[in-house]
Amino acid sequence: MKARNLPILVTLALFLIMFGGGSLAFIGFFSVQNFLNLFIDNSYLLILAVGMTFVIVSGGIDLSVGSVLALSTMVSSSLLAKSHLSPVLVIPIVLAMGTALGLFMGYLIQTFNLPPFIITLAGLYLARGLCYVVSIDTIAITNEFWKGAAHATVNLIGNNFVSPSVFIAVAVVLAGLFVMRYTRFGRNVYAIGGNEQSAVLMGLPVNHTKIAIYALSGFCSALAGIVFTFYTLSGYALHGKGMELDAIATVVIGGTLLTGGVGNLLGTVLGGLVYGIIQVLIVFQGTLNSWWTRIVIGFLVFVFCLLQRIFETGKSAALARERAKQAPKAQASS
Amino acid sequence: MLAWKRLSRSKIIWPLITLGILMLFNLFFTPNFFRIEMLEGHLFGNLIDILKNGAPIMILAIGLTLVIATHGIDISVGSVVAISAGVVAMLIGGDLAGNPKYPIAFAMGAALVACIAAGMWNGMLVSWIGMQPIIATLILFVAGRGIAMVTTNAMVIWLYAKPFALLGQGYLFGLPFSLYIVAFLLLATYLVTRRTAVGMFIEAVGINPKATRFAGINARGILFWCYAFSGLCAGVSGLVVCSTVMSADGNNAGNLAELDAILAVVLGGTSLNGGRFFLLGSMVGALIIQTLTTTIYAFNVAPEIAQVVKALVVYAVSLLQSETFRARVAGMFARREVAA
Repeated sequence: MKARNLPILVTLALFLIMFGGGSLAFIGFFSVQNFLNLFIDNSYLLILAVGMTFVIVSGGIDLSVGSVLALSTMVSSSLLAKSHLSPVLVIPIVLAMGTALGLFMGYLIQTFNLPPFIITLAGLYLARGLCYVVSIDTIAITNEFWKGAAHATVNLIGNNFVSPSVFIAVAVVLAGLFVMRYTRFGRNVYAIGGNEQSAVLMGLPVNHTKIAIYALSGFCSALAGIVFTFYTLSGYALHGKGMELDAIATVVIGGTLLTGGVGNLLGTVLGGLVYGIIQVLIVFQGTLNSWWTRIVIGFLVFVFCLLQRIFETGKSAALARERAKQAPKAQASS
Repeated sequence: MLAWKRLSRSKIIWPLITLGILMLFNLFFTPNFFRIEMLEGHLFGNLIDILKNGAPIMILAIGLTLVIATHGIDISVGSVVAISAGVVAMLIGGDLAGNPKYPIAFAMGAALVACIAAGMWNGMLVSWIGMQPIIATLILFVAGRGIAMVTTNAMVIWLYAKPFALLGQGYLFGLPFSLYIVAFLLLATYLVTRRTAVGMFIEAVGINPKATRFAGINARGILFWCYAFSGLCAGVSGLVVCSTVMSADGNNAGNLAELDAILAVVLGGTSLNGGRFFLLGSMVGALIIQTLTTTIYAFNVAPEIAQVVKALVVYAVSLLQSETFRARVAGMFARREVAA
């Protein structure tokens, strides 16, 4: 067992305990469908979290994802319902818009050395405000393709089913895994997060990579927005409020270090499942209101950040011990 | 000439010029913007409204100025505003006759204690556990609104206890009462930071925490109390917000307040990289934001769209603070001179 897999194992254990505990406590909790529902209900969150993982592993942060999701529900519903464009056109337009927004923020952050936190926070308000420019009211989607995507189910083993959104989410996760592990871009992301200055000195294309990371996050947000409209069949400016924090929480619970350099998309998926199971548990429990989800998530983020700090201090202490051991040897040899 | 040089070097001049330009714009394009009336012994008018509506942000900005000076940030203030409003509303209770469940002073005190505790929690995470400020305050940003909603059972609580309305709606000597709260907090903070060495310690922590610790200053303690103070300010701000609308809405109280307050501090000349801080500048920054909002409303633009304008202002201010950007602009001018 490698030490760097430890946080993922902690998350996995947490998920198993929650799922097991829920199965023991509530009748009808334990079923394959209930497990699949976690993916069905959180597919857009998973897509957001994939983009967010790239950003956080590179040592940055993107607070605009929830708003960009809302903007893409707004733009797609407006283009479908008001301009009567075909979905073949709408989907690329929305994806291009999200990517462009991410590109813009990434350019500001990288070129002018601005804090990602402030630039993407402003992006949060910009995208949310632009939603209202499109329309103040909810726009319903009546397009046949969209309705089809919303209501379609695919049967898996037995009577268990998943929605098409799950396939999109799984495809995004697999693509993300491949890019992160086996492409030059993915390795550059880790290098930048580990030590940006070293990455520059190694001659890696830090500028382009960082801008591309934010563009990728923008793309994921826009795609998540489209998937989100498959659930709601509407565009509304308040969709996805606070979802940036859900995405960050998912990534952190998945074991990605907020200081950058360390992280794994499989962990992020597990983080998403933990997030989903908390909601399901609260629904099954029945007496707590849904706001407890926020408190529990906040608490989990706290616990995981605390664990990360302990790991870090443990690592630096081990490093210091190692140095102390080697120092006398070095003196003796000289 | 010498006076101008000194003035232009002081940071306060740029926010003041921005505010002046906004005011000038309103002088020409918004009718009756500067009219102030005396009604029943109270002053009324757009300018008074700006001061009154800007008070909650000004109070938040006082606490945030110190936090940002330590090279930190507190994004939980909006949620803490909601907690403060929730606690005070629960303790006063929605009795239609206006009889408070507990004495109003006790309710306000309890709300402030809760908010100081929230600030201390942030401070503990940042100073002792050593988390990044963004992440440490993110936890309360997420959980805080949940706590506020759970305190009020996810309902909007309406208050009818008349004396409580004084904070946000009352007048004293013709001016809104909330302004006296701002003035008191500002003066107290000014005296503590500028008439003692505390202000210098805070700036030192913001510039180099390690060197500060080696110099024998309790850097962790300074950090901790800055966050606790920010919690207190958010609590006071929450009381004013709650009293202004006489209701506590866990979902909307203090919503987006963190951006407004951070923006106010940054506009006021305090750098997000920590170090020197300008309390008066933050106040002018808050007034700029409120004037901007009032101006946008005067043109019948939907309040939600005002966010777009604010976001663009943030981009502009961030760019002006960026050394790379300034060097590039300077480079452009230099090249032109050479060409000429």
